Amino acid sequence: MRISTLAVISCFKRGVLILPKHSQPTMSKALQRRETISGYSFLAPSLIFFVGFVIIPMFICIFLSLTDANMHAGTTIFIGFSNFAKLFKDEVFLDALWNTFVIVVVSVPATCAFSLWVSSAIYKMHSVPRSLFRIIFYLPVVTGSVAVTAVWNWMYDNYTGIFNTVLKGIGLIDKNINWLGDSKFALGCIILILFTTSVGQPIVLYVSALGNVDQSLVEAAQVDGATNLQVFWKIKWPQIMPTTLYILVITTINSFQCFALIQLLTKGGAGTNTVMYHIYFTAFKLTEQRGHFGYANAMGVVLAIAIGLLSALQFKLAKEK
Amino acid sequence: MKTSVERVTAYKVISWILLIVLAFLFFFPLYWIVTGAFKTGADIYAVEPAWFPTEWTTANFEKLFTMRTVPLFELTVPFSGYFTESGKPILLATGPAIPAAIRWLINTVFMAVMAMILTCITAAMAGYALAKKRFTGRAIVFGLIVCAMALPKQVILIPLLKEMSALKLIDNLWAVIFPTVGWPFGVFLMKQFSESIPGEILEAARIDGASEFKTFTTVVLPIIQPGIGALAIFTFINSWNDYFMQLVMLNSSKNSTISLGISTLMAETTVDMGLLMAGAALAAAPIIIIFLIFQKYFTQGITMGAVKG
Amino acid sequence: MQLKKLSALALSAALVISLAACGGGGNPSEQPSDKPSDNPPAATQEITLWTYPIGKWGDQATVEALTAGFTAETGIKVNVEFLAYGDGDDKVNAAITSKSTPDLIMEGPERLVANWGANGYLVDLADMLDDEDKAEINAAALNACTTADGKVYEYPVVMTAHCMAVNLDAFKAAGADQYLDLETRTWTTENFIKAVEALYAHFGDTVGAVYCTGQGGDQGTRALINNMYGGTFTDAEHTKYTWDDPLNIKALEQLKSMDGIAFDASLDGGKEIAKFYQGVLKMAFCWNIAQQLDPNQAGTGAEKTITGEEIAFMAFPTESGDPKLQGGIWGFGIFNNGDDARIEASKKFIKYMADSAATVDAVKAASYFPVRSAAEGTNLSDVWADDAIMNEYQVLMPYLGDYYQITKGWAGARTEWWTMLQKVGAGEDIATTVATYAEKANTAAAN
Repeated sequence: MRISTLAVISCFKRGVLILPKHSQPTMSKALQRRETISGYSFLAPSLIFFVGFVIIPMFICIFLSLTDANMHAGTTIFIGFSNFAKLFKDEVFLDALWNTFVIVVVSVPATCAFSLWVSSAIYKMHSVPRSLFRIIFYLPVVTGSVAVTAVWNWMYDNYTGIFNTVLKGIGLIDKNINWLGDSKFALGCIILILFTTSVGQPIVLYVSALGNVDQSLVEAAQVDGATNLQVFWKIKWPQIMPTTLYILVITTINSFQCFALIQLLTKGGAGTNTVMYHIYFTAFKLTEQRGHFGYANAMGVVLAIAIGLLSALQFKLAKEK
Repeated sequence: MKTSVERVTAYKVISWILLIVLAFLFFFPLYWIVTGAFKTGADIYAVEPAWFPTEWTTANFEKLFTMRTVPLFELTVPFSGYFTESGKPILLATGPAIPAAIRWLINTVFMAVMAMILTCITAAMAGYALAKKRFTGRAIVFGLIVCAMALPKQVILIPLLKEMSALKLIDNLWAVIFPTVGWPFGVFLMKQFSESIPGEILEAARIDGASEFKTFTTVVLPIIQPGIGALAIFTFINSWNDYFMQLVMLNSSKNSTISLGISTLMAETTVDMGLLMAGAALAAAPIIIIFLIFQKYFTQGITMGAVKG
Repeated sequence: MQLKKLSALALSAALVISLAACGGGGNPSEQPSDKPSDNPPAATQEITLWTYPIGKWGDQATVEALTAGFTAETGIKVNVEFLAYGDGDDKVNAAITSKSTPDLIMEGPERLVANWGANGYLVDLADMLDDEDKAEINAAALNACTTADGKVYEYPVVMTAHCMAVNLDAFKAAGADQYLDLETRTWTTENFIKAVEALYAHFGDTVGAVYCTGQGGDQGTRALINNMYGGTFTDAEHTKYTWDDPLNIKALEQLKSMDGIAFDASLDGGKEIAKFYQGVLKMAFCWNIAQQLDPNQAGTGAEKTITGEEIAFMAFPTESGDPKLQGGIWGFGIFNNGDDARIEASKKFIKYMADSAATVDAVKAASYFPVRSAAEGTNLSDVWADDAIMNEYQVLMPYLGDYYQITKGWAGARTEWWTMLQKVGAGEDIATTVATYAEKANTAAAN
């Protein structure tokens, strides 16, 4: 009985994102209990950290979001949902929410598409140039985000930066562009840095995924007269789908980790404020604002809900594939 | 067929050119860090960028290594801080004074390695359980993990800070390590790997009378080993690059990390770009060397995880 | 299961060992000194000081030399952490939240009095000031360190006037030096406008930047805008922000219309100084004597840019000829950590640094002017007698204006100020933008 259960599961090897199958109704109560005990024993070490440093703080966060908690000592009053009501009238927050959305919506597909293009261009190369490219595109990931940010800060410099120097040198612009100071460009500049620090891994993944595509299928299609594009969409794309989904997940996660860029480059100015930065800002800079901790936590809750929905959506899509 | 081949070549040429241009763009920050670290003030502040140092100098590194000193280590009685009146741990011995930048590097390695080890152990066990055990509440646990995976740490900033304060872990590297271990992406990744373990093997081990834990160590671990490798690299890099938790949790220069150290250089009233580049070079060097040596493992490990599964 | 227990045991052992190895921080107070083993362990008391980079008070070697003197006299060990202006406030606020504040902090009244003091985190130092001290300390400075109800949250040590600087060689090249009065260091708004025009005509690019990335160095932009036509930042009672003063709006409109002046949201005060030091910008609005002595803290010589061009400090341009410069007052505050012994030790430290024979060195380290004429018999008025640049700079001190940074809601108002400048720079209607953000600042202050 158990063998059959496990055998069924092991058949679901396709795709990275396999959702747990619900427990089999045929399982006996004793077996079920044994499974539960051993399951939780294995989970325990991980759950200690997960519950202790993610779930419990999250609950405290939800609780605080309903109060006027403040950095300064004093009584904390339960104020219901008024923080949330205030949030959706707060232009700064709505701006930040919009920017966060833009960062994710732009950088996730861009990263996936770009890394797929680079990979398909390099995966058939000789192993030396292939690893060379792979290493180079991976470099910004390992150089360290703070170190990379320091260089980009200089590259974007309004007066002596490399972009303005080069663009002026080749005559594309005649007045310096204030990359990080102009709200027309600043968010794009942030996204570009985020982009360079996140394509490394997807490229590595795609290169090997493409390398593992069943060549006999490709050849068969070519014999049938399929164009390269058709071969790609009909044969290769479905086979690298699990990789794509995995990449979507990690790039989405990555896009929400752009705190350092904002903190070190623009401090949320010039239209680059994100919810992540604004939480920090509200908590530690706007300490005079009444109930700022509660307010910052309310932002956190809104962001968490949005991310939860996004993850759920991604998984629903993944399940359908 | 012939035209298609020609088109492919034209496309190839264009993509080669594009690739090389892009490669330069990706390579440039590192180039700029390394050369900048050895530039003189005149080159650094030149209005026309100095593409290459006109004169090589180690002055930036000298300044980096002399500006702050901290003790190499401080040996304290573990957990004694919870019992002493002042809340300070009992100090047994203090190491010799060394440049703070070196201590930052040691701290960062310690932090990243600890986070890596703990994450791998806990996630491998949990991932296996989620993939192969049919226990009550599994769907809920997995659902929580999926939802929390993309959660930025800023969301739980204030509660986490208060929690660490209650645990007396402020200004302690563990305050950065623990939340990293708690981050459930590793469990998710390991679950995906563990799905590929054939049920028959587990069943065979059970019939042989192996305990649950023995099955895990002798049967499961070897199979998911590449996945653990992938997770180890992923966690190490993430932990090395994570800046936010360090910014909030650590506040003394002896317990600082290299990212935090560099960002402090950036936050000074007057930014010394040469010093900043020297710091950045110091931060990037170890991890890039590790990356170049283990390049194969970096790429292979992650690959197998994503493609199989 | 047996194995599991074992491994759990091994894991916790590993944790313990690494905790020990890692120093088991927990409290920022146990901190290094160069010769820790020399101290008698039991009797030694320890206090922690966090200092912003006030002159050389941001330099470890200088500060440790000062604290070593204190330790030798009292046996109290001082651990020093160095904050940066960029994220120092966040660090202190995070420390307050996590109850890990230091014993001592060195900064100005806008943080110590208006923010942390007003919110009850600091110890009242009024008992440290006797009549003699009150007579010796500059009245305006002491006033800024005192709350309305007479609590002293900062024991002032040094002060200066913030000013602006011009690249004299560039001015000469553009023929704009005729607009500068290097005797009184003042100039009229009209001449300032003419000078910028001349510079722009000569260099064809931005010559001065109204920087607004963040709050860093915002005193410069405030002083520039207030002084041009005599506008005010707050009302005289420090209860309300008055940015929407038509005179400020006039100044903003004037600055916005000038080709040579850019509202730059990619610069803060520090980066502006760097650009000025580089020779890119021909004037800097974020300047004071410490910068004049060591431009960009680069150690390449007083009063010189990187390329050796001469820097002249100037008061902000005014119509009236009577500039109101922003003062900087720095001193110590004590966080109330609930430990009387440590508070006592901290007070000893303040007494040593701010009111003893050692004050001369503390003042010299800051490279600003002492707030007091004498300290326990040591004459301080001639600390800088042998320094020509310091002497020259004295000409600006009479222009010191109202210390309004202690207005309520200060930290919030600062963030509204630079956001407002960004919006103005982005081309939004000046009068309405200023009114909106002044309103926001006032709402924050009213809370």
